Amino acid sequence: MKVLDLGTSSLREVNSVLQTATTGEFVVSNPQGAHALGCGLDAPVTLRVEGPVGYYCGGMNQQANVLVDGNAGTGLAENIMSGTVTVTGNAGQSAGATGHGGLVVVQGNASARCGISMKGVDIVVGGDVGHMSAFMAQAGALIVLGDAGADLGDSIYEAQLFVRGSTTSLGADCVEKEVRPEHLDFLAVRLADAEMDANPADFSRYGSARMLYNFHPDDVNAVEAAR
Amino acid sequence: MTGDWGLRPSHTFSQDVLAEIRRAANTGVYSIRGFGAKRQLPNFDDLVFLGASMSRYPLEGYREACGTDVVLGARHASEPIQIDIPVTIAGMSFGSLSANAKEALGRGASAAGTSTTTGDGGMTDEERSHSTKLVYQYLPSRYGMNPDDLRRADAIEVVVGQGAKPGGGGMLMGQKISARVASMRNLPEGIDQRSACRHPDWTGPDDLEIKIQELREITGWRKPIYVKIGAARPYYDTALAVKAGADVVVVDGMQGGTAATQDVFIEHVGIPTLAAVPEAVRALKELAMHRTVQLVVAGGIRSGADVAKALALGADAVSIGTAALVAIGDNDPELDAEYRALGSAAGYWDQYQAGNDPAGITTQDPDLAGRLDPVLAGRRLANYLKVLTLEAQTLARACGKSHIHNLEPHDMAALTVEAAAMAGVPLAGTSWVPGRRD
Ligand SMILES: Cc1cc2nc3c(=O)[nH]c(=O)nc-3n(C[C@H](O)[C@H](O)[C@H](O)COP(=O)(O)O)c2cc1C
Repeated sequence: MKVLDLGTSSLREVNSVLQTATTGEFVVSNPQGAHALGCGLDAPVTLRVEGPVGYYCGGMNQQANVLVDGNAGTGLAENIMSGTVTVTGNAGQSAGATGHGGLVVVQGNASARCGISMKGVDIVVGGDVGHMSAFMAQAGALIVLGDAGADLGDSIYEAQLFVRGSTTSLGADCVEKEVRPEHLDFLAVRLADAEMDANPADFSRYGSARMLYNFHPDDVNAVEAAR
Repeated sequence: MTGDWGLRPSHTFSQDVLAEIRRAANTGVYSIRGFGAKRQLPNFDDLVFLGASMSRYPLEGYREACGTDVVLGARHASEPIQIDIPVTIAGMSFGSLSANAKEALGRGASAAGTSTTTGDGGMTDEERSHSTKLVYQYLPSRYGMNPDDLRRADAIEVVVGQGAKPGGGGMLMGQKISARVASMRNLPEGIDQRSACRHPDWTGPDDLEIKIQELREITGWRKPIYVKIGAARPYYDTALAVKAGADVVVVDGMQGGTAATQDVFIEHVGIPTLAAVPEAVRALKELAMHRTVQLVVAGGIRSGADVAKALALGADAVSIGTAALVAIGDNDPELDAEYRALGSAAGYWDQYQAGNDPAGITTQDPDLAGRLDPVLAGRRLANYLKVLTLEAQTLARACGKSHIHNLEPHDMAALTVEAAAMAGVPLAGTSWVPGRRD
């Protein structure tokens, strides 16, 4: 295990060690809210950050297993491709934004726009998520053990949303859907991956009504011509 | 004398306006189309070069050296982009364009020694392999965004806005969402895609600064980072882009082309390219960043004269979309009968969104796309880029410049009061610059 001290090393130095490693376990001490820490990793390394991080921690992660022991700022694990990014505390806005794959776990609460434009990532939040979460969410699953704020899943595509608590309101084209056995199975697996203790049967499922997928033009002339 | 009181046209309710009212009444959906603004706008034609005279010494028009090379991104990037000509190919997505069209753009640009740009739909292997210098767009939608492509790009362009629609997101109609396009964008096939208009994980210049830091950390501080803005408030937007750490600012005027946008947006949002350039330059100069942060100008660039005028106003390079498509075969008169069968005509076709382009450029239909020969089309584009450069050089030499970057506003006069005010150059035959106090 290698310790990298952000109190004495620059962000560039720390990130380049992490980005060039092909394997191994790393600890970053004294993160002091640094931005862009541990972004662009592309190997099965394990990184534990001892303290809070700023924006875009674990951004665009591939393969790596990142654990933040503390809170995270905006854009945690944005555009994650694979691997896992976990925070023990709360996450700021846009956690897991546009993620294409992998798993993001927030043990505390996540702020607004959690899972915005997600494209295949799975996100598990132990607490609540803020307003506009899963905005334009395309694929993947957002699993919320607490409550969801206003306009959940606005303009959603094919992502699946599971909420155990209440939802303040659903956004445009987002509707509640039936929970089928395959959803319970999926939830059981992802909750276990995230090391969350919850009963899949307690969740409601939300997704797209698919009413906004296409424009629906009229054609009065054609109707008249056909008369 | 001609004229018929019974056929007296209305300027307010012109034939175009009447046709649009009828179209709206029939469909109940706003008009979505491609191409750029069609209305008349103040543009570079309203400026002229003064050439050499008693007080200026010209260079021989064809042979004497007149440099055209441009370095983009040396402010922070360890591997800036070096191009041989001051014209680049603007971002146009695979999706909006066929794979053959993207290949043709790559071939033509590479042959001419310049760069091409991806678009709102990710990077394809075809365009990467056919472009020696490829700029990778980082858009609000983040379709197809991934760190591997980020690392294999030669530069990254953070798109804040586009001249055709500052404040609007991308569009791609269902007819063009083929299986390949859908899978690259993680979308269901055949939907009418409307991309996000805001970035999902940053708001405002302070966040953008951190975003740019992240992109640099992921790419080892090697790649230049451009910020592209639609011309709306170019003075403030340029200053804020510089503050956020951009290496290059791209300003796209309201004439700028688009693959699919609401007509009302194309025609009524943003300011003309001519008006935007001096404002962007003013911001750069006030920050002492002119020529340190490069300015790339787009929107309605058609000729070497446009290139030279944009550069004379202070741009480092220009970028073209529509003209490049025309060079590879868009709106070709040879296809007139086919355009007419679609209710248009060669020279008028703007239905880039429809996916049934007879020229095989703005389509995902394999048969139509197969009509475009990327090698031949690439050669046409290379020739066109060569002409733009030769023309710009000839004008620069006439003004006595041994490098096109030595052109300056003092080399020009304006033909209209509007152009004089917007470009900040005197009305021809006067020393009057409307609005200038000194
Ligand atoms: C077919 C087409 C597709 C375009 N796609 C994009 C895009 O994906 N991203 C973007 O920033 N701009 C896009 N644009 C705008 C161009 O990048 C550029 O700003 C514009 O074409 C410049 O104006 P011009 O067409 O008058 O040269 C597109 C333009 C066209 C014509």
